[in-house]
Amino acid sequence: MPIFANPAYDTAHLLDTFVLVLSFALLYQRRLFAMITLYAWQAFFLAAAAAWQAYAQDAPHLYITAAIALVFKAIVIPLALHRIIIYLDIHRSIETALGIGPTMAVGVGLVALSILLVLPVTAASGALTRESLAAALSVVLLGLLMMITRRNAVSQVVGFMSLENGLILAAVGVKGMPLVVELSVAFSVMVAFIIFGVFFFHIRERFDTLDVHDMEQFRGEGR
Amino acid sequence: MLTLVAALLALYGAAALLGVVGGRRVLVPVYVLSGLAAAATALGAARFLASGAAPETAVLPLGLPWIGAHFRIDALSAFFLFVLGTAGALTSLFAVDYGGHDDDPGRVLPFYPAFLAGMSLVLVADDAFSFLVSWETMSLASWLLVLATHRQSETRSAAFLYLVMASIGVGALLLGFGLLAGGSGDFAFAALRGAALGPWKSGLFFALAVIGTGSKAGMVPLHVWLPPAHAAAPSHVSALMSGVMTKVAIYGFIRLLFDLAGPAQWWWGAVVVALGGITALLGVLYAVMQSDVKRLLAYSTVENIGIILIGLGLALAFHANHLDLLAQLALIAALLHAFNHATFKSLLFLGSGAILVATHSRDMDKLGGLIHRLPMTAVAFLVGAVAISGLPPFNGFVSEWLTFQAIVNGALLPQWLLKLAVPVVGAMLALAVALAGVALVKAFGIIFLGRPRNNAAATAQETGALMLAAMLALAALCMVTGVAPQLVLALAQPAATLLLPHGAGLDLSSPLWLAPLGPDHSSYSGGVILLAVTFLAALLGLVIHRFASDRARRSAPWDCGFPDTRPETQYSAAGFAQPIRRIFGATVFAARERIDMPAPGDTRPARFEISFRDPVWEAIYAPTARLVSLLADRLNLLQFQTIRRYLSLMFAALVLLLLIVAVSQ
Repeated sequence: MPIFANPAYDTAHLLDTFVLVLSFALLYQRRLFAMITLYAWQAFFLAAAAAWQAYAQDAPHLYITAAIALVFKAIVIPLALHRIIIYLDIHRSIETALGIGPTMAVGVGLVALSILLVLPVTAASGALTRESLAAALSVVLLGLLMMITRRNAVSQVVGFMSLENGLILAAVGVKGMPLVVELSVAFSVMVAFIIFGVFFFHIRERFDTLDVHDMEQFRGEGR
Repeated sequence: MLTLVAALLALYGAAALLGVVGGRRVLVPVYVLSGLAAAATALGAARFLASGAAPETAVLPLGLPWIGAHFRIDALSAFFLFVLGTAGALTSLFAVDYGGHDDDPGRVLPFYPAFLAGMSLVLVADDAFSFLVSWETMSLASWLLVLATHRQSETRSAAFLYLVMASIGVGALLLGFGLLAGGSGDFAFAALRGAALGPWKSGLFFALAVIGTGSKAGMVPLHVWLPPAHAAAPSHVSALMSGVMTKVAIYGFIRLLFDLAGPAQWWWGAVVVALGGITALLGVLYAVMQSDVKRLLAYSTVENIGIILIGLGLALAFHANHLDLLAQLALIAALLHAFNHATFKSLLFLGSGAILVATHSRDMDKLGGLIHRLPMTAVAFLVGAVAISGLPPFNGFVSEWLTFQAIVNGALLPQWLLKLAVPVVGAMLALAVALAGVALVKAFGIIFLGRPRNNAAATAQETGALMLAAMLALAALCMVTGVAPQLVLALAQPAATLLLPHGAGLDLSSPLWLAPLGPDHSSYSGGVILLAVTFLAALLGLVIHRFASDRARRSAPWDCGFPDTRPETQYSAAGFAQPIRRIFGATVFAARERIDMPAPGDTRPARFEISFRDPVWEAIYAPTARLVSLLADRLNLLQFQTIRRYLSLMFAALVLLLLIVAVSQ
């Protein structure tokens, strides 16, 4: 196949890859502000991918998905998280996570697993769908990995929302997915964000920390 | 016929609702409705079988949306419906009088019709989903009926054990059906019948089917729940559980292994015959040692299930070797024994219920001499006891004789293992039948003969005309089936022809002589035996009176041959079983007798203690229970983890499953 033989395929693939690479960046970023900025960029590229799919698939409702992703995920949520971090006065905290090397290695393994898994299963469908699905599954798995390697509640929330980004990426990559699903997913993220926001303040009021490790002490469990 | 069954199910439903709403005030209508429905089932099924009608099927849009509920009546279902209806009708008749004597009749009324309905549904279900749902309805209804006597602590532990074993059984059935359906997702029996499993898978299916249906039927080593549960239930429910529910399990066994499993392997027959022999022998050995009459009867149920399984195993072995006429003989022997056991075991359990009402005791060592107080009950109980001991001219003899005919022909099997094993199983069966006689002589002798062992037994009164009528009707049925077995055999033959179409069918042409394999083979005539027995008994009586009575004898003048008049000096239940316990108990049950003799001058009484253990329980159940509780303790750690660990576990599980999918591609 000559290079640029199919611009729709290549552009979609490029945007998916941006989302995926930003997932990796999120995985090793330890500063909270930088992490939120990366998340905003990931959401931005997700919006771009959705818009491109809308154009390539000639499905106008995907533009709405793109707009939702752009407005809420790339702008509103990051700003809100920013404010929360300043309000809670934790912007100088650097959290310890799993070392960068091992995390990256595991992440690469997960991407390889997704590709091995998705490509044979979807052999019958078009290339556009297949690559997007592999990228989307990788983003989901990396988001999960981020959630379990982080100890700060804010970074766990960011991991969760990055996981949602992966779901949206999968949803827009498949032809004929109705808008209802995407709206519900988007709103579920909103709801989750609100819940987590309230949750933070309550935790802070009660325990004076956002480190999940400290909360385990309060539960009287942990090690 | 299916319409009739549907109407009867509606009737059971109405009775159950009535029982929920009305409590004990509606006792009579509930049992009358249930009895009428059961009687109609029996009549309808007999008509269906006698007319030789083709199987009827129906698909209703119930249950799972893409499956629907399939129902079918064929000769096999109809035969078992006949068994269910006969025993159910007479048990309900008994219960009209008996039900009011329950501790808490309101706890029995709603579930009694539901139990009958559940069993009927199992018999007509024609897809795996309906079958399992009906099976569970049956199990749960009977479980609730057992719990009707929940105030006794032993009932609660019995019910718990029953629930656990029922779950294991239905789990095995669920897996078996899944194996049979494979990936097709079509659970109708018509589709499952065509499933071609490889040798490994069909062997696994065989094992699952035997575990699933055998645990419900009371096959050793899955029998442990049966005696406590059957003994704890109210007596008319015990009669249904022992007489009918175990037969529904046998129906499941036949349906799964003869109808759905595809071509039989000869080793299936070997395994089932061996299990049947062990079940028969162990069951009756347990029975001999019991002193609670209902437990004795329940263990005797285990023995009879063993006899039925021997017949079924032989049928499988003959069928696998294309000896279909002999397979039909063995299968019909098993079917007839299923019917017979439903009659005489229901009769005996109803008899134990009548005794319980009259004396408030199930412990044989507190009874005695009841033949004077309850003469009609004694006659009915005696007929049941003689029939279950396999003595002519009653029905137990006929089915056991047919089973032995199949065993004798086991020499025709080509496999050497079977050639050698079948006679051994025959010997075990003969021993089991003889020991059943011991157990029932003990039950009848200790309960009805001798002198009353306490005041309640001395002042007992016959209870309820309907209770007596039900028992006498069952006794008459035992007699009629024994003298004219062709009546029931003709109803069983269509089922055998349906399942083993290559057999020629048994020779039932002569109404007087039963010669199943033709006139040049063994034959039996209930009528002739009846005449001979009557004649010889009369002759014996005459001879004794004529020649023995006028012999001069010397004895103490006023003790009537009973020197110490205290009732404790009579044979006790444990004493009667002592020879058997010494022969078999020391090895099989680790029975120990201990005499605790006080020192000279000490005034406390001497004590004689007997202890025995259940080898099956100690070898299988106790280690399993320990293992489960150990694993549960270990897994308990998972219950108290941090949020992050929970997430990590889920993540690890997800990645592992994805890896399996990726690799398996």
